[in-house]
Amino acid sequence: MHMTSTTILEATRGWRALNLREVWSYRDLLYIFAWRDVKVRYRQTLLGAVWVMGQPLVTMLIFTLLFNRIARIDSGDVPYPLFVLGGVLIWNFVSGATARAGNSLLGAAHLISKVYFPRLIIPLANIVTDLVDFGIAALLLAPLMIWYGVAPGVEILLALIIVLLAAGIALGAGLWIAAMNVEYRDIRVVLPWVLQVAMFATPVVYPIAAIPERYRWIAIANPMTGVVEAFRACLLGTPFDPRLLIWSAVAAALLLVTGAFYFRRMERRFADIL
Amino acid sequence: MGSPSVSIERLSKKYRIGAARQDYQTARDRIAGMFRKNREAPETREMWALRDINLEIAEGEAVGLIGHNGAGKSTLLKILSRITEPTEGRAVLHGRVASLLEVGTGFHPELTGRENIFLNGAILGMSRDEIRRNFDAIVEFAEITKFLETPVKRYSSGMYVRLAFAVAAHLTPEILLVDEVLAVGDIDFQRRCLGRMNEVARSGRTVVFVSHNLDSIERLCTNAVLMRGGQVANSGPTRNVVASYLSDRLGTSMFDLTAVADRTGSGRARVAGIEILSASGERTMDTVSFGETFRVRIRYEARERVAHPVVGVALLTSRNERIFITSTEETGHPVEALHGSGAIDCIIERPNFLPGQYHFEVWISDPQDLVSGFADHLRLVGMLELVPGEVYRGSTAGLNSPDRGRVHLESRWSGA
Repeated sequence: MHMTSTTILEATRGWRALNLREVWSYRDLLYIFAWRDVKVRYRQTLLGAVWVMGQPLVTMLIFTLLFNRIARIDSGDVPYPLFVLGGVLIWNFVSGATARAGNSLLGAAHLISKVYFPRLIIPLANIVTDLVDFGIAALLLAPLMIWYGVAPGVEILLALIIVLLAAGIALGAGLWIAAMNVEYRDIRVVLPWVLQVAMFATPVVYPIAAIPERYRWIAIANPMTGVVEAFRACLLGTPFDPRLLIWSAVAAALLLVTGAFYFRRMERRFADIL
Repeated sequence: MGSPSVSIERLSKKYRIGAARQDYQTARDRIAGMFRKNREAPETREMWALRDINLEIAEGEAVGLIGHNGAGKSTLLKILSRITEPTEGRAVLHGRVASLLEVGTGFHPELTGRENIFLNGAILGMSRDEIRRNFDAIVEFAEITKFLETPVKRYSSGMYVRLAFAVAAHLTPEILLVDEVLAVGDIDFQRRCLGRMNEVARSGRTVVFVSHNLDSIERLCTNAVLMRGGQVANSGPTRNVVASYLSDRLGTSMFDLTAVADRTGSGRARVAGIEILSASGERTMDTVSFGETFRVRIRYEARERVAHPVVGVALLTSRNERIFITSTEETGHPVEALHGSGAIDCIIERPNFLPGQYHFEVWISDPQDLVSGFADHLRLVGMLELVPGEVYRGSTAGLNSPDRGRVHLESRWSGA
């Protein structure tokens, strides 16, 4: 039973506290939303898994053909299919999670107009669901690594931390987009296009070393560069500059904090506008 | 009287209409706007859905909120439920609050009954432990034991509603806010729900209940609040407030529906208002006598040309049950197009349903709107006061009793 509590309802203005304690008290709801989405997706178990694994697999095949066989991009010691799959997996996770968290409020419009709960729960639950999808898609790596005889080292455990960092970036960006999406409906149209361009601006299909020296700062400024490169380094032992990762972590923290505050600021208008 | 459970001080809520809903902004407009020299003010209208509400609700009290559509009842409930913030003033609630603005919010059609109990329970604010503890009681109340593992998309609408209400009925907040949710389901189930709500109200919990069904308000609530135009028009013992509501509703024959927010459709054409007129259309009718042919004038405003629409009207009881439905399509009166503002009349011949209050459902279909199929669709608007006519030659006592059925047919007696 909850303690008897007093709630004061009045107009708030400007920036508001994040009230994470309240979000925590609704953790059961977060769990249930994520559970619902996973359940619905994997209800037809086979189809769900095929869907989640098939997409990166096909992307890998196409990219290998396009960028390795035709464009002759060199991935060093690591076989290109494995190299590109590592990049595609983590990239797809971040871009998919960003897009879904960004559109999550529109999808939950009905709920928002009928029930109160901290709205942060909605994009959060989306990220959790995407983590599950990512975990399943990542299983693709196992047979491929065996096939190419690439044995992972203990660094593979660090990959988990990289994934959490990636989730932080996705959530931070997703919160920004979700809040803007409520007011500006064209964000939704532009977003897939932006994410598409961003993928090619990030070293996903090519290693950072392949970028000419004078343009490299663009990749370095991109917080996703560190995530993609580090993820691949943990799995496949590709060369990697740890300084990139520090910038990624700082950027993730910035995105998360500003995103959460902006989301809270806009939150009061969600029910009236949606 | 206990200590106040809900106290509301000078509570007001302003909505901007026009801009927010259909003509939502795009970032492109916004950016383009920055470069334009004279920034034109976007065409918006402000509307005070609530204005200066002051109310005290004592602990353990059951209060009914009544009033016409658009009077502010739902807005007040939405503020108390924390769905939207007030614009001014404040409300203080002492205790855990649960609100039920709709039955089955968040139900997922692909999930089973069991899964939806957990989902819906969590959405309504129950912890998983609480749901587990109440699980058997919920299943029993809903009478769905056999279908627990069936996806709810295969449920009949009756089962669906029973399950949804059963979950809600096991909430144990100190303050329960309920919107018109009993308007669904069959009569028998409605009665059980009322019984359950009655228990809740008697167990010392505070209940705020919105309904069009005056009957259930009278049965459940000790006190009532009548709202009109976003303000409290009257409050006090239920019987007095209901009486003042009824007299408030009498003598109205024109209903302006432009401010009603609860509508669906593309909005390309909208129902602006309805009027109740005599059969010839020469005069307005405050009340219609049983058996007396009358005319419903539907005024519309079409922002854009809507080609080949179907205009329809239905009569609803205060329990939101349709008792009669008609449209231009089924009566062979095709409408070429609606453009600009105008009116279309529906003549309803010799109404033979029981005297009482009825509401309208009005719609304009929009064949070009592939999403909803409607240009505009409103439910439970306006009011038709049907009074006993000369067919009742004998006693008219008890004519408003719900036990009288719904229609009157001419009958004769012989023998004895």
